[in-house]
Amino acid sequence: MTHTLGRPDFDIISAWIEPGHRVLDLGCGDGTLLKHLIDTRGVRGVGVEIDDANILAAITNGINVLQGNLEKGLDEFADQSFDHVVLSRTLQTVRHTEGVLREMLRVGREAVVSFPNFAYWKNLRSVLDGRMPVSEDLPYQWYDSPNVRFFTLLDFEALCTRMGLIIRERHVLDEGGNMVENADERELNFLGSLAVYRLTQAR
Amino acid sequence: MPGQSVGVVTSQRAHFDQPLHLRSGGVLPAYDLVYETYGTLNTAKSNAILVCHALSGHHHVAGHYADAPNNIGWWDNIIGPGRPLDTDKFFIVGLNNPGGCHGSTGPSSINPATGKPWGADFPIVAVSDWVEAQARLADRLGIDAWAAIIGGSLGGMQAMRWTISQPERVRNAIIIASAPKLSAQNIAFNDVARQAILTDPDFHGGNYYEHNTRPVRGLRLARMLGHITYLSDDQMGEKFGRELRNGSFGFDFDVEFEVESYLRYQGDKFAGYFDANTYLLMTKALDYFDPARLDGGDLTKAMARSNPNTGFLIASFTTDWRFTPARSKEIVAALLACNRNVSYAEIDLNFGHDSFLMDDAHYHGVVAAYLRNIKL
Repeated sequence: MTHTLGRPDFDIISAWIEPGHRVLDLGCGDGTLLKHLIDTRGVRGVGVEIDDANILAAITNGINVLQGNLEKGLDEFADQSFDHVVLSRTLQTVRHTEGVLREMLRVGREAVVSFPNFAYWKNLRSVLDGRMPVSEDLPYQWYDSPNVRFFTLLDFEALCTRMGLIIRERHVLDEGGNMVENADERELNFLGSLAVYRLTQAR
Repeated sequence: MPGQSVGVVTSQRAHFDQPLHLRSGGVLPAYDLVYETYGTLNTAKSNAILVCHALSGHHHVAGHYADAPNNIGWWDNIIGPGRPLDTDKFFIVGLNNPGGCHGSTGPSSINPATGKPWGADFPIVAVSDWVEAQARLADRLGIDAWAAIIGGSLGGMQAMRWTISQPERVRNAIIIASAPKLSAQNIAFNDVARQAILTDPDFHGGNYYEHNTRPVRGLRLARMLGHITYLSDDQMGEKFGRELRNGSFGFDFDVEFEVESYLRYQGDKFAGYFDANTYLLMTKALDYFDPARLDGGDLTKAMARSNPNTGFLIASFTTDWRFTPARSKEIVAALLACNRNVSYAEIDLNFGHDSFLMDDAHYHGVVAAYLRNIKL
């Protein structure tokens, strides 16, 4: 299966976003997703990045990007100023998990979150074999990983429940980026390497 | 530094007969502006960039003069073929603002009404007055809309003011190390600088030209104070530390620490060529700048007067404590609130407020990348 821009979660995220929507991409990297959404869906997009090289790359890509640290909040953004706030493959790198999720749903109507699932069977097997997992979705060695939170689909959903967040949609992907279907909750937690969620909260 | 210098440049002068009615209520009945241009204006006249200068800047932004090869423009490192403000693509304009002391009409110019230098009679000029003067120069050059207006510090304030006062005439604004208005601390620094000048016995109420003297001591102190605030503590520590010129304490009030020697040298150099009345005017323009004032302090409302198609690049420096990153972020937040296209870079450079003049690969890379995306 081929994916837009080589990122299966980008295909799912793109499908959730309607033309003309306002999109905030947190940890937008070089702006690839936003550029895709602007080019194909005519969204109005803004990215947030902490890394100098990514700021330069995103500006080169013609993306509106703001240098900042998600952990310190999103003060520069007004309440409910975006339709979607995207956090792709970044939640596991932030310390203030709850704070970031709350801020996303303060500034946006909907949060779109993707993250690697640490309970994916290959990851578990790797740990059972005595080594920390390294995979397509966890492409780092333990000593150079930006990841600081290690959690599973079920962990994340438990947090959503505790925070009163509503899961509107969920897609679970295997390491090849294929959708995992026809599985119960526990099986999904073993078969999914990457998960993508659409979240809202009651207002 | 990649790219090349623009090489030999010449200054030009434009005379304006139409009176300039100023924010302060004063009027400049007629005035001259000196300016320089680099690169070639294209036939569509769509490739012009205006460079606005800060407190002590002027029209000589890049290159050098044929008869003065060491007189290099104050922002030479960013302008030229292959440099961020690429003269192969853009036509760059720099001018000396009214009230200046580098050739444009200012306090040291002759007041036609009296035949004597303006001195204390020169009216107070505001950032919005400079924008008006710059717009008239644009008219003269046949430039309807600037591809970009760029400035650091007080220069950034002019770029910002343009987007509000002349929204149809600015397609991009690059606002570096600036602020939407000065803080109380900033005004306080400016006032100490002004007091140094105003209380110098050689100031003569601003009419020192007639007394064939200049308030050199006051201007020197003003510059020394200003200079401290343009540098970072770290940078001063690295550069001077507690180094002593003679290796041991002298137990007197002569120059002992290297930092004293450096500051005095900077003060002397500046006081040797800059006009004290211009210094006073520039600091007042800084203090008064507050484009949100007439909107009840609501910066979003002020920035909403800008053209929705105008793009903004805001940049700040981590070690700038005179115009901190937080101040730049106020501009960013206002622009976001009115749905403007804005990018913001917080550049990690060690040179305090003066970082905006430095040749840094990442900083210049960001400006270059932004400008490369401008379609002419």
